[in-house]
Amino acid sequence: MTDTKELVKTLADKYGRTRESLIPILQGVVQEERYISSEAMSEIARELDMSAAKVYGTATFYSFLDTQPRGKYVIRVCRTISCSMKGKNLIIQEIEDLLKIKVGETTSNRKFTLLETNCLGWCHKGPAMLINDEAYTELTPEKVREIISEYIKK
Amino acid sequence: MSNNFLRRVDLIFDKDCDFKQVLQSAYQKSNDEIINELLESGLKGRGGAGFPTALKWKFTAEQPDPEKYVVCNADEGEPGTFKDREILFQVPMKVFGGMAICAKAIGAKEGYIYLRGEYRFLLKELESQLEVFHALLDEMKIPFRIKIIMGSGAYICGEESALFESMEGDRGEPRNKPPYPTVSGFRKKPTVINNVETLVYSFMIFRYGARKFKELGTADSRGSKVFSVSGDTPKPGIYELELGMTVEQFVEEFGDGDTKAVQVGGASGFCVPRKKFKDTIIGFEGVPTGGSMMLFNSSRSMFNVLHNYLEFFEEESCGQCTPCRVGCQQLKLGIEAVKKGEKHANYLEQLQKLAQTMKITAKCGLGQSVANSFFSIVENFKEEMIY
Repeated sequence: MTDTKELVKTLADKYGRTRESLIPILQGVVQEERYISSEAMSEIARELDMSAAKVYGTATFYSFLDTQPRGKYVIRVCRTISCSMKGKNLIIQEIEDLLKIKVGETTSNRKFTLLETNCLGWCHKGPAMLINDEAYTELTPEKVREIISEYIKK
Repeated sequence: MSNNFLRRVDLIFDKDCDFKQVLQSAYQKSNDEIINELLESGLKGRGGAGFPTALKWKFTAEQPDPEKYVVCNADEGEPGTFKDREILFQVPMKVFGGMAICAKAIGAKEGYIYLRGEYRFLLKELESQLEVFHALLDEMKIPFRIKIIMGSGAYICGEESALFESMEGDRGEPRNKPPYPTVSGFRKKPTVINNVETLVYSFMIFRYGARKFKELGTADSRGSKVFSVSGDTPKPGIYELELGMTVEQFVEEFGDGDTKAVQVGGASGFCVPRKKFKDTIIGFEGVPTGGSMMLFNSSRSMFNVLHNYLEFFEEESCGQCTPCRVGCQQLKLGIEAVKKGEKHANYLEQLQKLAQTMKITAKCGLGQSVANSFFSIVENFKEEMIY
């Protein structure tokens, strides 16, 4: 059995094989493999006995269910108005310079992906970003450099 | 607070609360008594739409189906709103308590919290608090259980029927209404769906009594409300205030001395310009809000503000209905074209007609409410749209 096949089976054992288990399983795949590959989608369809098109339709609807390969650490910088007013562009610029990638891209070592996202819900402490599930707020270019350096060492 | 007109209230963040005692006294009441107490309080839903909470509970309670659900909508994604995160972080037991009282009133055995994907970092702590709460329920022999379901980053899932679709494992696309959730909600069963703040206030009404809650606020907007303040303000943050203040009073307290506009209710809310601060009440008799208050000073371009909102809507539209899917794109392209001089200023009127069409024909609140910010910004700041 491939790793993906095994992972899907484990997740289906944990969450069940009904339609309601689909999103938790997709979330589980993203947590383990950083994205949902076509292989994972076919496996889920087989395991839950539903069409692969249904799985694809659901997976591509949600912005946190990545269907493109992502890095180990996904950085999502909030681009909504309050963060934008507090200098979100400087934060993006700093990360782009540090990691030598543009928004939407992944570093060649597959460690980081940089994305922009809609309201993270930290409008009073902007600019804000998520690295995987961890929130970082009141960012400045210096603060971002420190945070990213820590992740580079990990 | 320096401002005499603003009354800071501390109903819900007050840590000194005996959950067990509040739950016990609520559970001693009959289902009708619970609903009547809530009705008496005048509490309206705190998500922004303002439907009387007691009626939602009553309609669900009246359904003959024995299988019913309580759902807590913790997928608050409106730009400028972050109060629910703070409530879940600081007083989660009161949210669970509100759900348990609702469950008693309508006869539900299961409750669900749909937590937005962006707040996954809250999950661990919420689950451990939930264990404590379940132990309390066991001790009191209350057969009610709450589960947390994680969202995956879709603003539309804050819309109640889209949220049910997502809970059931589908794309979060809104359903046709009616039937309303009180008749057909989660798993097509009668469901009460309230947002985090509404559930907390429901719980607090059973702690303090409907009368105390009703004493606060105005005839149309009873009680207090949690506001999320952001933008050009020296005091960004969360504030629980009595309802009924004017925008002018709000700006006096939170403005930076140069406030030219306040966006009340986030991207789907209304933009109030300086000249209307004095006559605009924050509440259901004026501008309703789910809590988002964004302040803008003279250094800000209202074109950029509107453009940012439209980018948000364009991306977050679920794409199911044409007025919203195409409308959001065209409004954004339209204001860009006017700004660049590719279209005459009169074109803004065409765009307003399009926004009006969306208000009438879009399937759900997302597409319908785009017109609110569009109209209020374009009308009040027309020059900034053109030059």
